[in-house]
Amino acid sequence: MDWIYNHLLSLILFTPTAAALVMLLLPKEKTALLRNFAFAASLIPFALTLVVWAGFNPQAGQALPFQFVEKANWYSAIRASYHLGVDGISLPMVLLTTLLTPLAILASYSIQERVKSYMILFLLLETGMLGVFLALDLLLFFVFWEVGLVPMYFLIAQWGSKNRNYAALKFVLYTMGGSLGLLLAIQLMGVAVGSFDLLELYQRWPTLTELKIPLGLSLPTVKAIAFWAFVVAFAIKVPVWPFHTWLPDAHTEAPTAGSMILAGVLLKLGAYGFLRLVLPLFPTESQMYAGALAFLGVAAIIFGALGAWAQNDFKRLIAYSSINHMGFVVLGIAAAAALLETTSPAGMLDKNIALNGAVLQMFNHGLSAAGMFFLVGVLYDRAHTRDLNDFGGLYALLPVYGTVLIFTAMASLGLPGLNGFVSEFLVVRGAWPVMTLATALAMIGLFFTGAYILKALKMVLHGPLNTRWKDHLSDMTGRELLVISPLMILMLALGVWPAWLLDMINRAVAFLF
Amino acid sequence: MQFPILTTLIFTPIITGIILLLMPAEQKEWIRRVALAAASVILLLSLFLYFSYDVGRGGYQFVESAAWLPQLGIGYHLGVDGISLPLVLLAGLVIFSGVLVSWNVEDRPREFFSFLMFLGASVLGVFCALDLFLLFFFFELAVFPKYLMIVVWGYPKTREYGGMKLTLYLFIGSVIALVGTLAIYFGSGLRTFDLLALEQAGFPLEFQRLWFPFVFLGFAILGGIFPFHSWAPDGHVAAPTAISMLLAGVEMKVGAFAALRVAIQLLPEGAQYWAPAVLFLATINVVYGAFIAMVQTDFKYVIGFSSVSHMGLVLIGFATLNRDGLIGASMQMFSHGVMTALFFAVVGMVYDRAHTREIGSLGGLVQKMPWAAVGFIIGGLVSMGMPGFSGFVSEFPVFMGAWQKAPLVAVVAILGILITAAYIFLVVRRVFFGEIPAELDKSVGDVSRKDKLVIALLSLVMILLGWFPSLLTRLIEPGVQSILALMGGGR
Repeated sequence: MDWIYNHLLSLILFTPTAAALVMLLLPKEKTALLRNFAFAASLIPFALTLVVWAGFNPQAGQALPFQFVEKANWYSAIRASYHLGVDGISLPMVLLTTLLTPLAILASYSIQERVKSYMILFLLLETGMLGVFLALDLLLFFVFWEVGLVPMYFLIAQWGSKNRNYAALKFVLYTMGGSLGLLLAIQLMGVAVGSFDLLELYQRWPTLTELKIPLGLSLPTVKAIAFWAFVVAFAIKVPVWPFHTWLPDAHTEAPTAGSMILAGVLLKLGAYGFLRLVLPLFPTESQMYAGALAFLGVAAIIFGALGAWAQNDFKRLIAYSSINHMGFVVLGIAAAAALLETTSPAGMLDKNIALNGAVLQMFNHGLSAAGMFFLVGVLYDRAHTRDLNDFGGLYALLPVYGTVLIFTAMASLGLPGLNGFVSEFLVVRGAWPVMTLATALAMIGLFFTGAYILKALKMVLHGPLNTRWKDHLSDMTGRELLVISPLMILMLALGVWPAWLLDMINRAVAFLF
Repeated sequence: MQFPILTTLIFTPIITGIILLLMPAEQKEWIRRVALAAASVILLLSLFLYFSYDVGRGGYQFVESAAWLPQLGIGYHLGVDGISLPLVLLAGLVIFSGVLVSWNVEDRPREFFSFLMFLGASVLGVFCALDLFLLFFFFELAVFPKYLMIVVWGYPKTREYGGMKLTLYLFIGSVIALVGTLAIYFGSGLRTFDLLALEQAGFPLEFQRLWFPFVFLGFAILGGIFPFHSWAPDGHVAAPTAISMLLAGVEMKVGAFAALRVAIQLLPEGAQYWAPAVLFLATINVVYGAFIAMVQTDFKYVIGFSSVSHMGLVLIGFATLNRDGLIGASMQMFSHGVMTALFFAVVGMVYDRAHTREIGSLGGLVQKMPWAAVGFIIGGLVSMGMPGFSGFVSEFPVFMGAWQKAPLVAVVAILGILITAAYIFLVVRRVFFGEIPAELDKSVGDVSRKDKLVIALLSLVMILLGWFPSLLTRLIEPGVQSILALMGGGR
């Protein structure tokens, strides 16, 4: 029992892999067995995450906020170790991942071909994502950062829609290309500091005074270059304008569950990289370039919203909305970066609020984007089209679907009382005093958010009924309601009482920054 | 005296090769079984060596020493250290796999397997030799089976050309290396070919700078160094499957290994002096090789050029002359050997069934041969340095070493990774996914159980190493330490 409790994070991380290995041995004709097995297996990490959540002490008076830490030898020849731990920033992300994976698997019950490979890839994907959130070693972080690409590539390329090959390759090359700079910077830091351990790098990299590398560049220049290498890698993943062009393609072509995970979790990896690595490792540079970061974030908010507004493909619209919403995360991070070394109480407060907002927005967007993509998939499964012009008046035909869609869309839009409002409000409140202009522009972007969401609702649910759907569409099934209801419950819960999550985030944020 | 395990290891294939030649040619099934038995013994012996090497003690172990031609200072001196042992294991794996995938060779299998065994003995001999003459002896022993196997069993259209080109290139290389070797022999004044004695000879600086390029380049040609790499793709493509596996998987490592053991270890100051030039050439290897691989339309040429690219990383690791770089180079030798053996095995399986290697005429093969597809994908992920597979943990230290020596090399060479990713994804998609051409749909069947065993074995090794790099670095680290000691320290 003790052993289990001491290795909870490893168990969370590798249960999906173990399950995938077991699935290799299952017969491929028994699709029902395969589906149920994958679903059941993905519930184990979720249950274990709840155990960690219950055992996590947000007020622990330790030197560092990381808990459930595990450390073991790994690649000792180059001084990298197997070092895991969670704090108030990563634990919500772990919860999001372990929650969305079973839901996405449940949503994939409609997949008919090659169920076995599909489910195996999905479980491997979960390990890849979790590893990024759990790693406290820079090399280990990078390993998981990249390894998740492989299953995602095949999920898109094999089970996606028409243009899947192009989209999958674009996705993988964009991300890998973006990671080359990150890889080089990680190597450089490992050589310069002599360790990949994150806690050690936190202490020693920002205060480094002498570089043992024959580069012929001054240390501040090297650090600035490394900073931008990190930023570009994470900005592509978030994605921040102008690095976003892979996203609409990948999301649109991916199978429904793939889009849920892409939008729900994979985009968070980029934002998490900013919080876990960029701000703590590059405080000076972050502060110096906070304005540029805020500019990119605001551009993502505005162009994402305008881009979404211009779409006639329902799924593409939601894809662009992700750019829009993740822009708020970036804005919050940029505001905090600008205040990173502030000492005034007011500034400290603003910084904390902005960061709390950013992390909460990550969680919230994970819920609402996964929900929206799922609902698009539900409609697509029935109508086999995603063109908004083909729909109309479906509320009368599908009252349950219509209600669920409106609820989820409202959460996404930021209606007070639902989760999106809380986090966007926090970001805006925290960013306003430091970056008034950027925040004001972001508010304009928020207006367009309303516009495109309402446009989608109107074109799908309201107006005259397109008669070709009459008697052809059936309402949501029990399984589909099972997928969406946990998300809806959380959206409502976080909207009316966000404190249960914010307490945890706040403590980590206050400590680290 | 302990059991002469290295002698057993080297002479098992030699004796098997002779026995095979004495067997009646029509007993094909028995010939195969004997070859497989010998290959299994080699694999088990190399595994035994791997597990019983005493990491704490380090240095050369399982040493055997006997006088051979004492008048000339030539001794029969064998031993393995942390650098050579992984390569012995690699040779064991590839020989075993090579025999399995050659099961369906119907044209004179007796000679085929016999020559395969001689080739195996040659590479094992080079890895274990601690005497310069002995090393050279085994190095040259490979020439005749290599040449014959390519021209007799190779790809009919190009086998004469490929075989001749490969042999001539390597011949020139070994002549150059031989000149350098003799210079070392006479220059040392010790009248011995013993490597351990020569390591302590303390050659003068001028001497080292003069002779290093000869010895290094002579051997590195077999390692595929730019601009002397062009034998590799032509030779690999012309060779039959098992020989491509051994050539690219092990023989190229023989070249690199000999360059390390002789040139760098005996002439460390010369290596320091010439390192920038080697770095320069090897960086071209990495990037240029990847670009050329990308534009190939022949499935097998893609892999042939990818080997050129990957061997560049090994040479970069050598030329850094520091701990991280050398660890990475040693890892990369093993990782690339396993990976490229798997690649060529899969290419051979595809060609045997589809009778074409034109990427444009292939497609959708995952439906027919899923194991081959998965094996190729895993090899591809290793090739592009994807974390979680052995390529990443090998390339990463090479880059760390490059940062300490010449940061620009790291920045340029990393492009090779992106280009590799691009062509691997494209090839995988065109060959294994998409629509299957109608004629292939009818004729192509699944791979055999022996093929599956090879795919599973080699894939498993690469995944295991990707997650547990210490499986090999525990050997390599002490090996690298003793090389660094020759350079007067290190870190």
